[in-house]
Amino acid sequence: MGKLLSDFTVGESGKIKAVTGEGKIRRRLFDMGVTPGAEVRMRKKAPLGDPIEVTLRGYELTLRKVEAACVEVEQ
Amino acid sequence: MKTFALCGNPNCGKTTLFNALTGATAHVGNWPGVTVDKREGVYKKSGENIAIIDLPGIYSLSPYTPEEVISRNYILDENPYGVINIVDATNLERNLYLTTQLLEMDVPVIVALNMMDEVEKAGDKVDAKTLEERLGVPVVAVSALKGTGIKDLMARAAALPAKRSGNSVLEEDFGDKLRKVREHYEAEEVASPLFHAVKLLERDELELKRKNAAAVLEQAAGEEDLEAAIADARYKYISANLSVAKTKNGKETLTKSDKIDKVLTHRVWAIPIFLVIMFAIFHVTFSEDFLYIGAWASLGKGLPALDDLNLSEGMATFVGIFYDGAVFSPGVILFNIFDTLFGTIMDAVGGAIPTEWLSGLVADGVLGGLFAVLGFLPQILMLFMWFSLLEDSGYMARIAFVLDRIFRRFGLSGRAFLPMIMGFGCSVPAMINTRTLADEKERTATVRVIPFFSCGAKLPILTAIAGGVVQYFGVGHADLITYAMYLLGIVAAIVSVLLMRNTTLKGETPPFIMELPTYHWPRFKNLMLHLWDKTKHFVKKAFTIIFASTVLIWLFSHLNWSWHYLPDEQMNESILASVGKLVQPIFTPLGFGSQIGAYGWVFAVAAIIGLVAKENVISTFGTLGACLIALGANVGGVTSDVLLADEEGITATVAMITATGISIPGLIAFIAFNMTTIPCFAACATAKGELKKGTFKWTLLFWLASSYVIGAAVYTIGSWWWTAFIWAAVVAAVTLLVVFRNLGKLKFRKRKSARGEANA
Repeated sequence: MGKLLSDFTVGESGKIKAVTGEGKIRRRLFDMGVTPGAEVRMRKKAPLGDPIEVTLRGYELTLRKVEAACVEVEQ
Repeated sequence: MKTFALCGNPNCGKTTLFNALTGATAHVGNWPGVTVDKREGVYKKSGENIAIIDLPGIYSLSPYTPEEVISRNYILDENPYGVINIVDATNLERNLYLTTQLLEMDVPVIVALNMMDEVEKAGDKVDAKTLEERLGVPVVAVSALKGTGIKDLMARAAALPAKRSGNSVLEEDFGDKLRKVREHYEAEEVASPLFHAVKLLERDELELKRKNAAAVLEQAAGEEDLEAAIADARYKYISANLSVAKTKNGKETLTKSDKIDKVLTHRVWAIPIFLVIMFAIFHVTFSEDFLYIGAWASLGKGLPALDDLNLSEGMATFVGIFYDGAVFSPGVILFNIFDTLFGTIMDAVGGAIPTEWLSGLVADGVLGGLFAVLGFLPQILMLFMWFSLLEDSGYMARIAFVLDRIFRRFGLSGRAFLPMIMGFGCSVPAMINTRTLADEKERTATVRVIPFFSCGAKLPILTAIAGGVVQYFGVGHADLITYAMYLLGIVAAIVSVLLMRNTTLKGETPPFIMELPTYHWPRFKNLMLHLWDKTKHFVKKAFTIIFASTVLIWLFSHLNWSWHYLPDEQMNESILASVGKLVQPIFTPLGFGSQIGAYGWVFAVAAIIGLVAKENVISTFGTLGACLIALGANVGGVTSDVLLADEEGITATVAMITATGISIPGLIAFIAFNMTTIPCFAACATAKGELKKGTFKWTLLFWLASSYVIGAAVYTIGSWWWTAFIWAAVVAAVTLLVVFRNLGKLKFRKRKSARGEANA
């Protein structure tokens, strides 16, 4: 079952299934390597709970929960 | 001379490579129309000299950020001989994503594979040979940091054949569609047809603006959205064919960077650690009681003040650079060294010129104005140094990560925090630092509120007037007034940002999708070159716009209408004084206008002189006090010699209060006005350079209007407490107005887009 990246708890990982969202944000996500098929692991949350930090394609990416909600992940 | 463009992701060592290639030949300018640094230099270590243009760090050639557009247009339109694509070997996949896009252009490309040493340290391996075969362009392993491989890189770059036709990793999946679009572009004789074809299939905004583009796209791909599919195909190709060049040792170990990060972004400790680091930076740069040695000592017997040491005059000057009842921080010591030096030069030059007016003009007007600005350079540079250390080490990105949650509420991203806090030190570096903000409107809003974060030069205004209030009226606590004023500035900044982001600078909160780079030690050479650039930039400004306006103010304050020179004590007859008298009534709602009588113009004059440098507001108080004595005002019995020698300005403030009868709320309003109004010329010149064309005049107006309103609110509420209700009602009305206006717009926009969808 697909789960939104924004709903992940720290340590969870999976394979990206789909990326939705408005043009600019989606494009930015693609450019940063958030594309279907990529492995993603939730690494940590910021001290105030948002944004989040994920490991992806061998590097660390941070994004807000609203933006992470555009990413559907298969576990 | 062959020109090569340096292109690559942010944090891949591009700046380090650029500095290694060009050394001292580099110079920094701006890309036309945008405030993105443009670095150019020459590589001289090969047979022929090679010009290097450093393109901004980018992840892709999309048209969404100014950096991306600059890089793309430069390669397409300026026809460099070739592109040096620097690739971070530790982060191969994402870096090659940009490479696959560059290869689609009809330009020779060479790949510089950087950070191979890091890869080996982690026990992994990247095979440059395999990568070179698969990419079809030369790949050279380099270490930008150690300078290895650079000769080889440049030799092979110079030997590149002059022509190369683009090739795409997308041919396999999108061959048919690509061919159709490409044929159209070839027929139209567009350069780099393949690159344009791919961008059109992606429905790229810039590409769709081309003639016939929409029709061609419709014919080739119909309504199909290929953007996701293309990005996907690129990465699939990279994983299948290119990443194989990398072999991993398979062990996932916690790197040093991970360990540091665990502490610095800790759930509980992240924010306290951040606050401590900020405090330390400001303490080292601005504190006059380094490590609180003076304060600790005063628990016991205390350290003697400089005057009590009975030193000879020369010795006192020397010791005074480092010590006065407390040890100064390194930043203050640097400031004092320059200040003493400048003072000596001014006295010497002033004394050498016999004619009084000429000596005044040269020493006080020209040199004084110049030194007032240059005097801050050491501390500005020091502040710059700390913040670029934070930036280079990778900590800055973490601060944005930690604080984004708070700043989003005001329509800003976590990055906006840094320039704001820098503002407490000096607005100039703070405004330049807004370059790290991607969104234009966010930048404008941030630049505008930076002066509200009371800078080092405004502190003397606070301490002198707060001290004067306590001494004359015998009420309140000077420190408390000072803190309250800082707080007022912060509140004013928050309110202004909220207001601007909901009205004139409306826009969506910029997205926050960014890389958190691995921590590493800052590069000393990069840091020094960076500081050198800033120094050149600032000194150039100091000698032009700031200098001219400073001299102008001096002339206005030392000439009367018939162009006769006036010494300091006759400033009351100057052009500036008559302007002060003219505008005095305007300040009536702020408590330092008509109600403070015939001598009240002194406050207006001090505020105008504050434009040169804010610390001049208080030093002018002494001069103005002396003028008032000459005019026969009752200043409470002090002599003009005492006033002119008063460095802290408290005595001068008391004299001005006695002469004018200004009320406490009026004085507080005067502080508030000076804190939030147009900043010094140096900051104005910086703002003008950093803001988009045409927005600077509105920024000036914004500063004037906000300081006037804030001053008026402080004065009226301070004088008649019940007016607080009126102000509250005004604030509520404005808020409601903005909210309703925006709600109305929101509905309108929704309807419109719904219709758009129906049409489609």
